Amino acid sequence: MVTAVAVIRMRDLFAIVMLFGIYSLVSAGLFVVLDAVDVAFTEASVGAGVATVFMLGTLALTTSREKPSSRSPFLPLLVVFITGAALIYGTLDFPPFGDPNDPIHKHVAPHYIEESGAEIGIPNIVTSVLASYRGYDTLGETAVIFTAGIGVLLLIGGARRRKPPTSDKDSSP
Amino acid sequence: MATVFGYFNYWVVVVLMMTGFYVVISANNLVKKLVGLNVFQTSVFILYISMGKIFGGTAPILVEQPVVYTNPIPHVLILTAIVVGIATTSLGLALVVRINEAYGTIEEDEIHSLSEEESL
Repeated sequence: MVTAVAVIRMRDLFAIVMLFGIYSLVSAGLFVVLDAVDVAFTEASVGAGVATVFMLGTLALTTSREKPSSRSPFLPLLVVFITGAALIYGTLDFPPFGDPNDPIHKHVAPHYIEESGAEIGIPNIVTSVLASYRGYDTLGETAVIFTAGIGVLLLIGGARRRKPPTSDKDSSP
Repeated sequence: MATVFGYFNYWVVVVLMMTGFYVVISANNLVKKLVGLNVFQTSVFILYISMGKIFGGTAPILVEQPVVYTNPIPHVLILTAIVVGIATTSLGLALVVRINEAYGTIEEDEIHSLSEEESL
């Protein structure tokens, strides 16, 4: 939380990206505390690792200083406080934290926990749900990554190839 | 007092979420906006994972002794969401690189003034 607040105050984009990496790593530690070890692996490698590397690559291609903003921060602050107050009011209807009688634990989760060992044969319940019961979701996820990869290649790779012909100054789009 | 403790995780999530939201709507720099979007996203991950937690539960990996397992379904959802999140982030960063090539800046108000000059 402290690192997240520091992100607001910093001007140096390099420091912002580094703080974001620390924030991701701290949240991965929080996931371990909340028993989500698989999520913690993924967050530590993808969130803290790959995302930070991508952002550093972007900074290398653009600039690493943020210019001082002329806009007043009061309107965004007002919007944020109103939204936050509404969300906190909304949480009062939520089930309490850590209670085994919460509705989330009553639907299909008991089936997965009791039967997946016999039905799938993998001790890790998260893996058997991800790869077998909800296999279509994972297929859709890989489709999203594939589409994003194509998009990135079209945006950056295409620009590289078009660069030599448009390098003269008076060519306008 | 038990109720205050019972909702503490949601309030942490709300504070983090609003921090990310504030960065997204107030920051002028496009990379900083994307960092804010990621902070927002991680707060949603924490919301889901904390909902699945049961006090005294263990990680959902089957063991011989009878134990209480934490709910595995939010973990599966968030694994998918993390990977989709990095896909959208990388696409956004690619757009930032492309905008920098076209306008020579990644500050939002400079891009606005440049595109207004072009349209005149």
